[in-house]
Amino acid sequence: MTQLTVTASPHLRAPGSVRLIMWLVVASLVPAFAGSVWFFGWRALMLTGLGVVSAVGFDALAQKLFGRKVTVDDGSAVITGLLLALNLPPAVPWWIPVVGSAFAVVIVKQFFGGLGHNFVNPALAARAFLVVSWPGLMTAGWLAPRGGNLSGIDGITGATPLAVLKNASEIAGPGGDPAGLLAQAQSWPVVGRLFFGSVGGCLGETSALLLLAGGVFLLVTRLIDWRIPAGYIGTVLVLALVLPGPKHDLLPYLGHHVFGGGLMLGAFFMATDYVTSPITSRGRWVFAVGCGILTVLIRLWGGYPEGVSYSILLMNVATPLIDRFTRPRLFGRVKKATG
Amino acid sequence: MLSFRGGVHPSENKHSTRHLAVETLPLPPVVFVPMSQHIGAPAKPVVEKGAEVRTGTVIGEAQGRVSVPVHAPLSGTVTGVTEMPHPLAGNRVMTVVIESDGKDTPDTGIGERAADDFTPEQRIEAVRAAGVVGMGGATFPTFFKLSPPKEKRIDTLLINGCECEPFLTADHRVMLEQPAEVVDGALLIARALGVENLIIGVEDNKPDAVETLRRILPSVSDGAQPCSIRILALKTLYPQGAEKQLIKACLNREVPSGGLPMDVGCVVQNVGTAVAVRDAVRFGRPLIERVTTVTGPAITEPKNLRVRIGTPVKALVDYCGGYRAAPAKLIMGGPMMGIAVASDEIPVLKGTSGVLALDADTAAELEDHDCIRCGRCIKACPMGLAPQRLYYHILRKRLEAAERDHVLDCIECGCCAWTCPAKIRLVHHFKFAKSEINARKRRAG
Repeated sequence: MTQLTVTASPHLRAPGSVRLIMWLVVASLVPAFAGSVWFFGWRALMLTGLGVVSAVGFDALAQKLFGRKVTVDDGSAVITGLLLALNLPPAVPWWIPVVGSAFAVVIVKQFFGGLGHNFVNPALAARAFLVVSWPGLMTAGWLAPRGGNLSGIDGITGATPLAVLKNASEIAGPGGDPAGLLAQAQSWPVVGRLFFGSVGGCLGETSALLLLAGGVFLLVTRLIDWRIPAGYIGTVLVLALVLPGPKHDLLPYLGHHVFGGGLMLGAFFMATDYVTSPITSRGRWVFAVGCGILTVLIRLWGGYPEGVSYSILLMNVATPLIDRFTRPRLFGRVKKATG
Repeated sequence: MLSFRGGVHPSENKHSTRHLAVETLPLPPVVFVPMSQHIGAPAKPVVEKGAEVRTGTVIGEAQGRVSVPVHAPLSGTVTGVTEMPHPLAGNRVMTVVIESDGKDTPDTGIGERAADDFTPEQRIEAVRAAGVVGMGGATFPTFFKLSPPKEKRIDTLLINGCECEPFLTADHRVMLEQPAEVVDGALLIARALGVENLIIGVEDNKPDAVETLRRILPSVSDGAQPCSIRILALKTLYPQGAEKQLIKACLNREVPSGGLPMDVGCVVQNVGTAVAVRDAVRFGRPLIERVTTVTGPAITEPKNLRVRIGTPVKALVDYCGGYRAAPAKLIMGGPMMGIAVASDEIPVLKGTSGVLALDADTAAELEDHDCIRCGRCIKACPMGLAPQRLYYHILRKRLEAAERDHVLDCIECGCCAWTCPAKIRLVHHFKFAKSEINARKRRAG
């Protein structure tokens, strides 16, 4: 008789693996990536390609240097490179995604032990690093998308949609009409452009539709917990509704909050990162609501027009604490009455 | 749908044997009968080499409070009383070897009795003397569960017909082929316990068993019902047949952490055990055979077999046409909680609910990956534990922290490890931690 394996139960495992999960997440980002190429042309392909290739390359290099097993075929570095690129303004120079990817995979991920051990989302941390290091490039590198202009508003070419909401009076200029500008912005055609993507913004964030397609794929395959996008987007909606803001026409205004900026990209693809979000269902609610509150606070009263990436980073840091206070309920902890 | 929280649904894989009637394996030429086939103190051999025994003769006497006697599974000559490695635990245990005389002559003590006139004490003694243990796999002495301390009022007897382990169909066939015996045995236990409710819980992937039991009910309970009887179809979800989960599903009662079913007024017995109790009480027939499923991708012709305790597993496999492919893993029990063994020369025990042979493909040890915190283990854990957290504690050798996070509540069902995409051997780590913590406790007195 041949040698029998003797190991502990269970003796069978569910299909699926970390590698499969990661590559499915990559697949879910393909529509948004394809959209970025459509809207911003070969530049988008070049920047994304550089981001992905350098993330994989630096990941492998770091693993080799640290004497770890090289596991770049698990797809996680591809996700990091892809997400970073999709979070970049389209006009940044070619080396920005390369430097960003290096920071993301070497410093944020491998320095802390590799996949599963980083405490903040590598792509978002790299974006924050790039914003503070090259603020000019990272906050002004906007381009008009194919078939549209930067703001989505006719005649306004110098600001992204959320920047228009935030700084209407400056954009309208001295003697201009900020209220008219807001009225123009908060109209259904503009919301339609935000939804379909012919507005300015980061490479991957312009088309809510394409992000939603990937997001629905992740929900249907149960790769992400619905609580995070639902809690996050729901909180943004509710707060935008009840808090004072540059409201002109309510529904289009809410449309700006949901479809403008990085909320879709953040809520479906970045706040849902397993490694850096809470592990229990209750914890995920807390996390999602926290992300939503911070995002709206930054958008309405913060120093930036957009707050998705900082909100998620802050909540990433709060994750161990959330985990601590949202443990699952132990079976039999509450002694029930018999009979 | 009646169920519990958590759990997983692995491929059931019961199709190859669920429709096959139980076949009786011919008497083996020799049986190996370990004195430890139950939880508790091993029995002490009371026969010597050369002794002639009949089928059902006591060959090992119970030692201590939690222990049961062991009987000769067939008639013949004792050819050895020696220490052998325990088939599952690996520690050395006294084992009686009997060579069959081929006659299967029953012991004089076996025969029909006026069981309906028995007092509860007489019933329980009959169960003890017959060496009946939990046949679902846990092998806890049945008589002990039937004699709860006075202060624990037991109102409900649950008969476990879930058979939630993939591949196994032995209990399913018992319910289909011996429904009257199952119900009769259950009623005997119910009367011994004096309960008001009797519930037979069956997973809803066995609607034929639910149907059969419901149909047989009126004819068995003959109007003199000692209690209300219900047959409940439960959601097909692993581990629906785990004691605490079954109680939760059927009665919505939670056994307190560290407690026993009797703490919530319940006793749980497997369907096979109910039949064994009937045999013991009505006929004085000891537990010397059981139904087991021989199955898995490496078995040529999977079957449900009625086999004598002590029969070498190899004889079962041979009867099923041998191995179709070189077996890579041989498991006593099901794939989720069964125990992998090193050889097919080990004997069938009272708790052997199945023999599962995996081929090289299905048994492949998967490479593990660092945890990515996906949270699936937490969703799957039917005990409400955080396996990922426990795993981190154990990796860092923080056993006190693991204990504080209730690792001792782990029932080792395997849901977490089954669902883990990083293929981490979570149960392996938890078994280690539990045995270490328990050993430290024993040392500390």
